[in-house]
Amino acid sequence: MKLITAVVKPFKLDDVREALSEIGVSGVTVTEVKGFGRQKGHTELYRGAEYVVDFLPKAKVEVAVADTLLEKAVEAIVKVANTGKIGDGKIFVTNLEQVVRIRTGESGEEAL
Amino acid sequence: MKRMLSISVLMALAMFSGICSAEDIAAAAPTPTVNKGDTTWVIVATVLVIMMVIPGLALFYGGMVRSKNMLSILMQTFVIFALTSILWALYGYSVAFTEGNAFFGGFSKAFLKGITPDSQAATFSKGVYIPEYIYVAFQLTFSAITPALIIGAFAERVKFSAIILFTIIWFTFSYLPIAHMVWYWAGPDAYTDADAGAKAGATAGFIFQKGALDFAGGTVVHINAGIAGLMGCLVVGKRVGYKKEFFAPHSVTMSMIGASLLWVGWFGFNVGSNLEANGLATLVFVNTLLATAAATLSWVGAEWLIRGKPSMLGGASGAVAGLVAITPACGWAGPMGSIALGIVVGVVCFWAVTSLKNALGYDDSLDAFGVHCIGGIIGALGTAVVANPALGGTGVWDYVTNAVITPYDFGAQFISQCWGVGISLVWSSVVAFVAFKIVDMTIGARVTEAVEREGLDVSEHGESAYHP
Repeated sequence: MKLITAVVKPFKLDDVREALSEIGVSGVTVTEVKGFGRQKGHTELYRGAEYVVDFLPKAKVEVAVADTLLEKAVEAIVKVANTGKIGDGKIFVTNLEQVVRIRTGESGEEAL
Repeated sequence: MKRMLSISVLMALAMFSGICSAEDIAAAAPTPTVNKGDTTWVIVATVLVIMMVIPGLALFYGGMVRSKNMLSILMQTFVIFALTSILWALYGYSVAFTEGNAFFGGFSKAFLKGITPDSQAATFSKGVYIPEYIYVAFQLTFSAITPALIIGAFAERVKFSAIILFTIIWFTFSYLPIAHMVWYWAGPDAYTDADAGAKAGATAGFIFQKGALDFAGGTVVHINAGIAGLMGCLVVGKRVGYKKEFFAPHSVTMSMIGASLLWVGWFGFNVGSNLEANGLATLVFVNTLLATAAATLSWVGAEWLIRGKPSMLGGASGAVAGLVAITPACGWAGPMGSIALGIVVGVVCFWAVTSLKNALGYDDSLDAFGVHCIGGIIGALGTAVVANPALGGTGVWDYVTNAVITPYDFGAQFISQCWGVGISLVWSSVVAFVAFKIVDMTIGARVTEAVEREGLDVSEHGESAYHP
């Protein structure tokens, strides 16, 4: 099993959810996050004071998938979250040791 | 600005007129009357000025601080309003608006002694009076907003207790004497002829005697508060992290709401200062509206040209700058003069809060100095320009001849205005500096760095403005 952590533009969140549903992913966890990458921040001006806002808002999507579904899931996210401009985000994939469904106690791929 | 008339004087007047010829009656002072329309208007205007302070100014300022200090601003404004209201009734009204010397009034009306529902206060028209109680309340609101303006200069770093103590000292030794100096006079009915006029004039406040015009408080309220704020921020020093950390306003939305309440409430402030619901009141209304609109556009325009983007905070700040500048001039300017004044003050105040502040390096958190003192000076000096009948102004009324003084003497009026500006700058800054030093040496003006980092809301007031 793998854990996919995708950091995407917030307005792409619905598209990502939809694309993942279509390929059979049954659940995701979403967090509003801030960060920086190659995309520069912006400046804000309040009267005489200028502030550089380095950290930009992004949406972090965490989704656990079976190994067989990994490639399709990553492809789906890349396809819909891509605008071609700097700041589209990144996808991290890590090994996932265990998953447990709290309600039933099922574990492993059955719990996905 | 007001005069009490005892029943006996009224009776004597009535008896006197009864035995006089027709010509004598025409020349005699008109019978003092209280008009229900005037009274109603000043009651409404008083309520509008209260709305300017709470919540108008509180929200305008509050939106500009970081969210951890929101309640400290709301609380300081709220309590200053309550505190000065009480002080005003105990001794403030008497010291500001009874006859004394040229700098302080007396204590004859301390505790509002002797004032009854039948007491009358003079307006600017001979024979026209308003009930003194509403005059007391109307002027109370002016004395309450002024110390509340000051706190913007040193927001986010001063103890609540220090602000209370400072307010008591500064209100007593700066607001009251400046109000007395600028506004106290015997009232128009005292100016029956040249001799009586000279005699009455000698009892007026110092700046009034110098001929300075200040319709609704450009000197008394804005210069007075703005320079006191500058002294405060110099004495307490900069905020921790100034110019290094993110100090952006936590809610420009709140500031816009506050500025809008100020704009609406200011019709009470300026038009109410006319004390009568007459034709001049409508001119004051139009002037207040137009100067504010012009200053909004000029600030936003300057910002757009120089900084690249027109901002909402700039629009709100421009409106307040325009309101400040038209305050002293609103009863003497014409509509086009008001627009010109608004355009000038929007640009100058924009420069003051962006370039001047950075160049001099003081941390006037919410630009009490940059907007209120600078805008107040522009307005006070500009009054001499826009009052000129040749520029659409009303000119200056002579209560002895009952006519506008012709020709208009710009030079003399400008010098009079400089007296008003100069005296209030020096007086208020000295009082404010001494008051802050006293506060600092006794209870300490500033919170600790740990408190400042945590925010004044939690550490000073034990509550948070927002819960996530």
